[in-house]
Amino acid sequence: MKLHEYQAKGVFDEAGIAVPDSALASSPDEAVDAAESIGYPVAIKAQGQVGGGMDLKGLHVEDVLVEAAVDFDDELYVGVTMDRGEGQPVAMVSTRGGVDIETVAAEEPDAIVREHVDPLFGIQRYESRKAVYEAGVDREVAGDVASILRTLYDLWAEKDATEIEVNPLMVTADDEVVAADAVMNVDDDALFRHPDLADMGETAAGDDLEAKADEYGFDYVRLDGDVGIIGNGAGLVMTTLDLVDYYGGAPANFLDIGGGAKAERVTNALDMVFADDSVEAVVFNIFGGITRGDEVATGINEALEQFEEIPKPVVVRLAGTNAEAGMEILNTDLVTVEATLESAVQRAVEYAEEGSR
Amino acid sequence: MSVLVDADSRVVVQGITGGEGSFHTRQMVEYGTNVVAGAVPGKGGRAVEGIPVYDTVAGAARAEDADTSVVFVPPAFAADALLEALDAPLDLVVAITEGIPQQDMAQVYRKATGTDTHLVGPNCPGVITPGEAKLGILPGNIFHAGDVGLVSRSGTLTYQVVDNLTSRGIGQTTAVGIGGDPIIGTDFVDALELFEADPDTRAVVMCGEIGGEDEEAAARYIGEHVDTPVAGFIAGRTAPPGKRMGHAGAIVSGSGTGTAESKIDALGDAGVPVGDTPEAVVDHVETFR
Repeated sequence: MKLHEYQAKGVFDEAGIAVPDSALASSPDEAVDAAESIGYPVAIKAQGQVGGGMDLKGLHVEDVLVEAAVDFDDELYVGVTMDRGEGQPVAMVSTRGGVDIETVAAEEPDAIVREHVDPLFGIQRYESRKAVYEAGVDREVAGDVASILRTLYDLWAEKDATEIEVNPLMVTADDEVVAADAVMNVDDDALFRHPDLADMGETAAGDDLEAKADEYGFDYVRLDGDVGIIGNGAGLVMTTLDLVDYYGGAPANFLDIGGGAKAERVTNALDMVFADDSVEAVVFNIFGGITRGDEVATGINEALEQFEEIPKPVVVRLAGTNAEAGMEILNTDLVTVEATLESAVQRAVEYAEEGSR
Repeated sequence: MSVLVDADSRVVVQGITGGEGSFHTRQMVEYGTNVVAGAVPGKGGRAVEGIPVYDTVAGAARAEDADTSVVFVPPAFAADALLEALDAPLDLVVAITEGIPQQDMAQVYRKATGTDTHLVGPNCPGVITPGEAKLGILPGNIFHAGDVGLVSRSGTLTYQVVDNLTSRGIGQTTAVGIGGDPIIGTDFVDALELFEADPDTRAVVMCGEIGGEDEEAAARYIGEHVDTPVAGFIAGRTAPPGKRMGHAGAIVSGSGTGTAESKIDALGDAGVPVGDTPEAVVDHVETFR
């Protein structure tokens, strides 16, 4: 879960890292009031649909963070992330702040100093010093920057972050160090022990279908094609998407119903995919391990029997646990059954082509 | 021969009294797995399916001479269960649990490094040596004994590829589900090393997916250390950057690392043919025979 900038800055501020004065505004009037109380010049930063957004000159725009502009001499980069290959957190410092750090990483990898941290010990003072001095941070502020790096690591560990980044970390003319930006991603799987952070979370605004998927508890990603895809297990669903592309179609979504899905879940999945107007055909690919073919078939029947006319053609391929029982249950007046993954995908791609003509 | 698990493995199930734990224990026993104990804190002295339950893994290991653990403990308590299994100690720990916090796994991974225990998973379907034993939730009936080793980050994709292999008469020595999380114990390189050392494994299929750089590391390893022919499959060619595709680890980063293309190229450079479809992977395996 990604925190909004103003939320991440709130977390930083609480931990003692200096951030610019700021206020969140949901209307143009509020923004002006905020700017006047902070004092010009200010920076205005979009924060997504925090409180429903605001209407400006007839357009619906996002809420904004009104923030005191910082007069800086230097821009640094500091961050903490997980090095998944090493299974270890890594603290990072660079004097190339203020620009896209991914570009720096690609073009001048040596300009970013990486210090791996033992997760059982946490960051040591020497590790923070080493990273800061080796990055070439000015001596005048090196101690402060090292201290900020340690605070960020501690936040990373305490809040179950997967990524924390300050870019730029600004150094002012009188050697103050201020976090002018803040990125903080929190591990979704750890939110159960951070109710305060979970409350900050909101569904990534913008896509209603992705919000609906969250409600149903599906892993769902919307794409721009016209073949709707439902399956079980991340790898197999990704493979189904890839095959749709391989056979000349375009996938409309990734939808994983997960393991052991019951009929109701299957019905919800079909409702979701039909709710996407761009879908012209659906391929349902199940390889049952703990998911049972008979449950899936019952769910498909229930989903489709509620329609007088099936909205879009549905191709079903069932294999694995109770697949034969599922085939017997499946109402073949409502769906097209295919025996293999490849043939099911090809058939769905054909239907989508016919449908879009 | 096989890798990691066989008919002699003596298995303790952590979380045996839970819904998942008891269901899959029954399935494992039916398959022929030698499940000798369960371990659940506070439930020692009970029995599940006639299998004695102990309060601690160490107690179970001592009393029943267990050398292997399968972990069905819920995510909030799973890291503790894994640390307990590492401490017992055991030869093999298979973590089925999905949704373990990343930082918990970083600590477990750190503890596992430097031990002789093989940690498989988490977020994996398990390990099976067809006809001998299965650990985890894999459907035993689709597997058949043979000479192809299989290692995969995904459960159902494994079933798909195994089904394609089996339907063309190609059996498996052992199938290892290494899991879909960002931080896992046994990775592709570890599994390839095991298969390379197994005289009965004549070919290996590796099923990778987007996210991370494990497949690239495996490709380098194959180029330098593996004589057994390897065929590959990579899922997620159509995945957009920045989106988590079901698995916590299946994400193409904004900077463009972890793409299917990068993995397919790396494997190609190492002489590993990569199938466009699961069926095409089996075509490659047939050319090895």
